[in-house]
Amino acid sequence: MIEFQNVHKTYRVDGKDIPALHPTNLTIENGQVYGLIGHSGAGKSTLLRLINRLENASGGKIFVDGEEVTALDANGLRRFRQQVGMIFQHFNLLASKTVADNVALPLTLAGELSRADVDQRVAELLARVGLSDHAKKYPAQLSGGQKQRVGIARALATKPKILLCDEATSALDPQTTASVLQLLAEINRELKLTIVLITHEMDVIRRVCDQVAVMDAGVIVEQGSVAEVFLHPKHPTTKRFVQEDEQIDESEQRDDFAHVPGRIVRLTFQGAATYAPLLGTVARETGVDYSILAGRIDRIKDAPYGQLTLAVTGGDMEAAFARFTAADVHMEVLR
Amino acid sequence: MELLLTFFANIDWADIWEATGDTLLMLGGSLLFTVILGLPLGVLLFLCSPRQLLEHKATYSALAFVVNVVRSLPFIILLIVLIPTTVFLTGTSLGVAGAIPPLVIGAAPFFARLVETALREVDRGIIEATQAMGATTRQIVFNALLPEARTGILAAITVTTITLVGYTAMAGVVGAGGLGDLAIRYGYQRFQNDVMLVTVVLLVVLVQVLQTVGDKLVAHFSRK
Repeated sequence: MIEFQNVHKTYRVDGKDIPALHPTNLTIENGQVYGLIGHSGAGKSTLLRLINRLENASGGKIFVDGEEVTALDANGLRRFRQQVGMIFQHFNLLASKTVADNVALPLTLAGELSRADVDQRVAELLARVGLSDHAKKYPAQLSGGQKQRVGIARALATKPKILLCDEATSALDPQTTASVLQLLAEINRELKLTIVLITHEMDVIRRVCDQVAVMDAGVIVEQGSVAEVFLHPKHPTTKRFVQEDEQIDESEQRDDFAHVPGRIVRLTFQGAATYAPLLGTVARETGVDYSILAGRIDRIKDAPYGQLTLAVTGGDMEAAFARFTAADVHMEVLR
Repeated sequence: MELLLTFFANIDWADIWEATGDTLLMLGGSLLFTVILGLPLGVLLFLCSPRQLLEHKATYSALAFVVNVVRSLPFIILLIVLIPTTVFLTGTSLGVAGAIPPLVIGAAPFFARLVETALREVDRGIIEATQAMGATTRQIVFNALLPEARTGILAAITVTTITLVGYTAMAGVVGAGGLGDLAIRYGYQRFQNDVMLVTVVLLVVLVQVLQTVGDKLVAHFSRK
């Protein structure tokens, strides 16, 4: 478990104090994929680096599995860091070392394994990330996705209990992003590893995270399960992220809907309800009619969901709404 | 042909080859100690500089000051100023042995600055990644910084070696021997233009060879 107690961070630039993170309390349970989303400068990168103390907190305490990280001395910190893997936006691989030597580096630095054991562990790790054939290559000979896979193998070398991902997919194309995220999800599942990732893309959060915190100007403005935050965003920043992901322009949409007759409702289906033939049934039973104004059927991590915006006209509208609510569908009346 | 032979009348090839040998000895010896002294100094300069691992203003300023003082002295002055030190270190201020201390003291700060610059070229992210693995500063230097700056440091060694060729020629003034000594004593003071020409040609060839070898090494070790 990662616990932030009143942690804050202030940078001193040109004699002025610039707050990067306002006093924050945060709990990340073991085995979770925890996403931090925010625009650049929101403080998410600072928050992430406080965990392995690449940045030192200006105040407050951070605990990892009961150990006070903020109180560790240099030796303790080095041992702690060996239990925390990290991957980066620009991979940060050593250009002068082969793929195998890059992956072996954390093990060499820890100095606890024999050469033969290191070689064996490196072979295992490269097999896990699907790069066994590239062991002797140099990073410059790899594609972006392959480099990040090397980064992941390297981060896992010392069998850490936490993996920190610093915009790990931001430099990758959508297809490569999907495969790297899939690998992260797989690692989380199979190794029971806690993953903390930061990103500015809601899509990344939706694909792999269990929990999410939305950051704005050094403050966590909203947090909760991804489904809750994603489907029912409350804070304006969160709403903006969700709309970016769905590529919706709210004001444009409002103008479009102005000419549509009837009541407008947004229905959110989750899990099994997503695929149930609810709309047709309700229409037949209550005599309402509707047109679909906007909609999306997709997945949040492994669970399907659907979100439809409907204009409802005629029939017994109240009965229809009652039927929706009874069927475990979240309904929000927009107009 | 006749004319050519008369032009080269003063050339004593045994002398020339001996002088060439001396130059190479001075070069090899001084380069060795320049690297031994300058590399750690460059690493220290880098580590102590602002926003680096061992950021330490006082140490950095002190080192930078010493480096700048030595670098601002013309080498010919340094040679003379250092004679007592040289005698103390080697027992003589003459010959190859007498030339090496001033050569090293003249070149090491220059080389250190080049090393510092080469280390600055290493992506900060590499340092951050190694730190995140739990590396000590020492491990970061030996396992990440120096390997990553390898080609930059090789290029720095090449430039320093060529600078040292120039310095060895100057060291001839205080009786160091070598090609510079020959050029000054015969070519300049006795107006033997043929000796001057041969030594200059040899120095040019030497510099060309060194630069080519340096470039080849950089290319060989480059992984970009």
